[in-house]
This record gives sequence, structure tokens and C-alpha cells, in this order.
Amino acid sequence: MLNVHESDVDVMIGLECHVQLNKLNTKLFCGCSSDYQNDPPNTHTCPVCLGLPGALPVINRKAVECGIKVALALNCTIQEETLFYRKNYYYPDLPRGFQISQYDFPLATGGIVHLEGEKGREIRINRVHIEEDPGRLVHKGAIEQAKYTMVDYNRSGMPLLEIVTEPDLKSPQEARQFLNKIRNILEYLDVFDGNLEGSLRVDANLSIEGGQRTEVKNISSYKGAERALLFELTRQKNILRRGKKVVQETRHFDEARGITISLRTKEVEHDYRYFPEPDLVVMRVGGWVREIERSLPELPDAKLDRFLREYGVSPVHAKVLTSNIHLANFFEGVASMIDPAFCTRWIADILKGELNYRGVGVERIAQPDFIDLMKLLEEDKITDHGAIEVIRTILDHGGDVGEIVREKGLLKAEIDETEIAVNAVIEEFKGAVDDYRSGKREALNFLVGQVMKKTRGRADPDHANKLLIGRIED
Amino acid sequence: MSCLEEIEKTFERIEESDLNTFITLNKEGAIEQAEMIDREGDGEGRLRGVPVAIKDAITTKGIVTTCASHILEDYIPPYNAHVIECLLSEGAIIVGKTNMDEFSMGTSTETSYFGPTLNPHDRTRVPGGSSGGSAAAVAAGEVPLALGSDTGGSIRCPASFCGVVGLKTTYGLVSRYGLIAYANSLEQIGPIARTVPGVARLLDVISKPDARDSTQLGSEGGYLDNLTPTIEGLRIGVPAEFFGEGVDPAVSKAVWDMIHTAEAEGAAYTEISMPSVEYSLAAYYIIAMSEASSNLARFDGMRYGLRLEDTGNWHDTFSMIRAEGFGEEVKRRILLGTYALSAGYYGKYYLKALKVRRMIKEEFDRALKDFDLLFSPTMPFTAFKLGEKVNDPLSLYLADINTVAVNLAGLPSISIPAGYSEGLPIGLQIIGRYFEEQRIMNAAYALLGDVEDE
Repeated sequence: MLNVHESDVDVMIGLECHVQLNKLNTKLFCGCSSDYQNDPPNTHTCPVCLGLPGALPVINRKAVECGIKVALALNCTIQEETLFYRKNYYYPDLPRGFQISQYDFPLATGGIVHLEGEKGREIRINRVHIEEDPGRLVHKGAIEQAKYTMVDYNRSGMPLLEIVTEPDLKSPQEARQFLNKIRNILEYLDVFDGNLEGSLRVDANLSIEGGQRTEVKNISSYKGAERALLFELTRQKNILRRGKKVVQETRHFDEARGITISLRTKEVEHDYRYFPEPDLVVMRVGGWVREIERSLPELPDAKLDRFLREYGVSPVHAKVLTSNIHLANFFEGVASMIDPAFCTRWIADILKGELNYRGVGVERIAQPDFIDLMKLLEEDKITDHGAIEVIRTILDHGGDVGEIVREKGLLKAEIDETEIAVNAVIEEFKGAVDDYRSGKREALNFLVGQVMKKTRGRADPDHANKLLIGRIED
Repeated sequence: MSCLEEIEKTFERIEESDLNTFITLNKEGAIEQAEMIDREGDGEGRLRGVPVAIKDAITTKGIVTTCASHILEDYIPPYNAHVIECLLSEGAIIVGKTNMDEFSMGTSTETSYFGPTLNPHDRTRVPGGSSGGSAAAVAAGEVPLALGSDTGGSIRCPASFCGVVGLKTTYGLVSRYGLIAYANSLEQIGPIARTVPGVARLLDVISKPDARDSTQLGSEGGYLDNLTPTIEGLRIGVPAEFFGEGVDPAVSKAVWDMIHTAEAEGAAYTEISMPSVEYSLAAYYIIAMSEASSNLARFDGMRYGLRLEDTGNWHDTFSMIRAEGFGEEVKRRILLGTYALSAGYYGKYYLKALKVRRMIKEEFDRALKDFDLLFSPTMPFTAFKLGEKVNDPLSLYLADINTVAVNLAGLPSISIPAGYSEGLPIGLQIIGRYFEEQRIMNAAYALLGDVEDE
């Protein structure tokens, strides 16, 4: 078996990512609400997104603004004039018989995305364009046996951004890393929620050793992208090893089985008969771009640099903290109240670990709660172990810090309680005190144990230790 | 006379008519509307109680809208076109949907699935097209006002053949929202009436701005208020290319008579040449058919329209429905348009047609810098016989020679009656600058006068 993780061959991967701008309130060309995820089929439709005769599209200005934001964040050049085209093909989920997309004169061209990691590689972006999503086919039962298929047009007309890379990615892992980076940037821009179903779809091109490329379609997750490309890479390597040639073709990724299947061996280029959409006018972005540029938030790479400078966190921690906008904001909120050097470890290592383990986001825990917890730690009122238990409890069941601490008795004992216990133990176990004085060090452990017993474990052992030594040696 | 009585009279006229002007009548709705107007007594509305006929390419909520096609025979739209909303808000009464060439593709109203409309001046002849039903209904006195749509002459041609006034507005004056598209970049909805004031009155109502059409500007109206016969002092250009070889001498003469009348009333005319007009037919048909091939892709029977028994796979079902649902001419234009847009031909046909279009537009711009208006025959001949050209598409396409260039340039132009030849009306076309509908109508009013009161 070949080890596909080692780059023993020259791999070229290019991606075409379709991301749904799912944080806009309305669709791309009509006023229908885009918040359809939990609603019955065909309830978010109108003459425009159903393509009824006579209905006309009107571009959603906000979608263009979001597109420009993303393109700027990917370091692209925004085109002065941009045009919509009709991409003509028949499919039941496409109510007009054409998709309104872009072709010549896309929104933006020529960008760069920096992959994180030791090398910080540059991936070139070919273009970014705006297009509409078709509806969705729902098969009754499994696709092979389905007696009939239903169409849901709720998704029809949702704004998509197509981001096309140059074939600069060198491995399936890098492809996944790239997709994560894109997701991170889009979430920083607040134009995208990567958790929603169907929010990301990817077509990938892969070739090895300068051979023919294959296109893998139907990838719909970050993990899926890596798996599909790993499979495809192995398949191509095996073909080469058998002394054969890879044929150019389109393959379909079967996510459930983790394999790619040939769709058509001869590359039948679809003739989409692109031509400019006559119902929309040429968009001239002009000074608007400068305006949008000024409103751009701090992006992941800049934030990472700033975290290094401003909080003095380690590169590894800075990377973790900026890998997600919510986590970064959470950290900054906490760090405004708590020593950054102290809370970094708690957020980037401990909290992030607990979140990853549960596959949930940082919004599960309220910032003020976390700050309260950090204060307890700083004031030495709770042990590390106790704090972790509080975090786990909140993530699993909710609740507030004060209550959890009280209910579970996680507070360290108050100082005077420990003192009383120390005094009592010295009175009570004179023999042990004498033993310690005569040099039997282990007698101290016995005495600390007794203090812990009297305080029912709430005393801090270190503190009890110090108090005992102080009193005995007086 | 009460509004109801007037509407009932209107329907009597229509039902007695043998012209086949309407596909669908909105009798119940119209009567209900009339009764309401009578109950309310005096009220607001610039077209209050006025019966208006609507070309069946314009979407009407709850009223079958067929586009004269089998594929939409039973289609009831769930929404109103912008112009319909405008009409209703001004109290107009929608009497019904008029006959037309299927999907507006034709010059004679003979490609209608519902049979041809007859010319009221001679029942053996066509009314022109594609808005033949609207023009014939107005000419026959069935209704005073009608809406048509003009992609390459579809308002002006039937206005010319039927002897009425038809205005094709500047591209972008009237919202196309709800107009079932034939060729989006060329077409406009426009008014048809027996008089120029009738046209102005209807234009006031339908030209309101509409945010749902990105290509529309709209206007504040005032066309009727500002309508004054004005021809004195105008500079008129007469392009020789519009009087080319296919033009009937009788038509030429009638149009020249009008030009001389204009001169007698103080206008000055100059014969000019616009050589690129020669290429307008080829450019027009390539652009129109290309857009049509894409526009008509939505008619697959899945969501609305003709439905046949399912074949088990969507591809065959779509094909069957389209094979059955579209007429010959529509299929011809879809095929030609698909061809023109195909890889390898796009540059040769579509892009070239766009270049010609730009040339024509520039030529008009130059001509209209020197002249206020351009005069020409609307159609090269008068109404031809039913069946005479329907099987000869090329000669039919050639009939559009004087109208299509105006659509390519996006300019406004009007067709007004300019006399008769052997009992058949002749049309004069007056072309003006962008958004100068007022100047065009004022000149037309000066030439035509109040021919007849509504």
C-alpha cells in the first residue's frame, strides 16, 4: 500500500468552492427570506425564484457587497465593471432553464490566500464570482430505488460565491487546510455560517506527475474534501504504478462510501451557451470598493500577528485562538479582564480541547461566566481540577459558575477554617508533632492529612503544609 | 350611462365580433369591477371605468395568460405585471387578453395556437403582429385602449395594418415586470389607441417607475397634460434606407404626403442615409432568437403549463412537452437561437450581431443629433392576405425591415395612420430621441389631429 500521506509524487490540486452567503436576509435576486433551513419545502418562494413567466431578477446589493468583502479578504482585484451571464442547461431544480452566474467580467480576479503552518504557503486565487443556487431535489428513498423525486425551491436563488483557486495545492491535507482557512475568513467577515447544511460545496481537480487531471464533483464537507482527494490520489497512483495513463474525466464523490465514481469517461464538455443576462445591468463598483475596504474587519492573519504582539502569546496559541472568529473574540473579551498569559492556556488548551471533544462552539459558554471562573482561579479559590469540572458541567448541562461551584462544593476552604483545623490538629496529635520535631519528615504528611480530613478536603494542601510548619517551628 | 352599462356594451361588441381578437375574456371580473365603480360613484383614477384590452403576453393575476401557446393554455398567473397594477390602481377595467403571435414571434398573428385574428378593414387579411388582437380590437371599436408589446415592431406593425396609433417606448420607460419575455433586451410594453391623446393617456399610467425591473427608469408621466400639436420648426430626417426596394410605392407616396404636410406646417425635412440599417434584420433576428432560446427554456411543464403523461425520466418528459406545446415558428426560433449561442458560433453570430447593434445605435445617435425626428413607413406594405406569407418565414422576417432597427437602438417610435391604399391603412413611423416620447406624440398629434373622440 502506498503511503498517500507522503508527497512521493508531484500533486496538483485546484478547487472550485461554492459557499452560500447564508447570513444575508434575502435571496440573490428577490426579496424571499433566506432563512429557510427549518421550514417546510417551497415556502420561501416567489415568481422570481420560481422563474415564473414575466418575473425579473433584481440584484441584491448586499450580496454584491459581501462578495466584494470576501474578494478583498482574499487579496483579489475587484473588477471595475462586472456582468451577469446566463448559464443555460436543463435540470428539474433549475426553474428558468438557466442559472444566473458570471462568466467573462467576474466580480474579482487574481488573489492570494496564505495557508497557515510552518511554510505559510501562498495559494493563488483565480477568480471570485457571484451566482445563484438552484433548488434541491429530494428523492423518495434511496436515489437508485426512488419511485419519484420532489423538488424544493426554497434554496432556489440563494446567493453563492464561487471561489476558484489555481492548481497550487500539493496534497489533500493542504486542500482541507485551505478550505478551513476560507471558512475562517468568511466567518470573520460575518457573511457565512459554515455549520448550516449545504453551505459549502466543492469541485476539485487533481493531477499527478503532470498527467491528465480528473475533476471530482459532489464534495460537500471539509473532511469529505480530504477524503475524496485522498481516494483520487491513491487511484491515480495505482494507475501509474500499473503503467497506465490517467484519463481526463469527471468523477462523482460518494461520501457514504468514501470513493469517487466515473460519471462519463469521455469528457463531454457541456455547452452552456453563456451570454450576458439582459434583465440585469452592468454593475460598476467604482468608489464603493474603497468604502467597503475601509469597513473590512481585522482578518485572521492580521489578528494572529496582533495577538503575538499585544498579548505575547506563543505562535501555537495565537494560531488556535484566531482559528475561529468566535474563539478570538471570546479570548479578547476574557483577556481584557484577566491576565492574558494566564487565560491563554485556559482558553487555547483546556477550553478548546473540551470544545473540540464535544464538537461544539465557544458560544456554549458565556464570557462573563468564564471570567468569573478565571477570577476564582486567580484568587486561588478553586483548584485547577475544580475549574475543569466547572467547564465540563457548563458545556454538558449549562448553568452558571457560582451555582455549580456551590452545588459541587468546589471552593477551596476559607483561610481561617484551615487555621482552626491546623491548631486543632497540633493540639490533638502531639505525638506526631514531636516526631516531626525530632526529624521524622513524614509525620508532616500525616498532620496535613488530618487537616484535610477536618476541613473535609476544602483546605489547600500547600497552604495547610505551610501553616503547620510555621506553627510547629514557632 | 353607468359604468356597468358601458362594460356590458363592450362585451356585446366583443362577443358579436368575428375578428377573433381575444383569447380570454375577463367578463366576470370586469363586471364586478364596473359594479363597484358604480356603487362608489365619483372617485379617483385617471382611467376610472375605462375598458382596456391586454396582450396575452402580459401576466394577469387570476386570468389565464397563454402567450397564444398550447404550452400555457391553462396557465393562471399568481401575480400581476407592473403595468396591470398601474391600470388597476387608476381604475381601468381589464376586459380580457388579446390574441397575438405565439410568444410574440410573428408579424401577422397567424402563429397563435388559437387561430389568427382578422383585419377589421378586410377580413381576408392579417391584422399584423404580434400584437394583432390588441390593434384589431381597438380598430374595430371593441375597446378604446389596449396594451401591446413591441420587440421588433409588434405594436407598430399591427397599428399600421389596422389604422390605429401604436407607441413603442424608449427601452427602459415601461417596466417589463410581468411581460412574458421573447427578447428581453429589445422589448417594451406600449399603448395602442385610435388617437394620440388615447396613447398619451395610457402611457401616463403605465410608465411609473418599478424597482422590479433593473433596466427601467420610468417617468413622472404628464404626457397627456403636455400634449400639444407641435410640428413647426422641427427638423425631420428621412432616411433613404427605409424607402428601399421592398416598399410599396403607394406606401411611399402616402408617407411622403405626410412629410409634405409636415413641411407645410413649418417643419423642415432632409433626406439622409443610414447605411448600417441594412444589417438590422440579421442582427435583430440573431439577438432576438438567442435570447428567446434561453427565455423559453423554463417551459418544461413541471411547475405550470402543459402536462403530458410522465415517461419515467425528466429529460424525455421535458422534450415531449416542448415538442407538443410549442408551435412551428417558436421551435424554429428556439433552434436558431440555440445554434447562434453554441460554442464555436457565438463569436460568429451573437457577438457580431451585438457589434452591428452598436453601429446602428451610433448611426441613430448621429442622425438624431442633426434631426429632431426621423420619418419612415412603418411597414413596407399594407396588410397582406391570411396564409400568404405564413409558410415563408424569410419573407415575413423581411417585413420587419423598418421597425427592428428602432428596437436595436432602443429608441421610441410611433406608428400613426397615414392614409389608405385600396382600402387598407398605411402607417407612418416617427422615431425620436431617447425618452422624447412627448415630442414624438406632439408631432403625431399635429399631423393626425383629433381623428375621432373616444
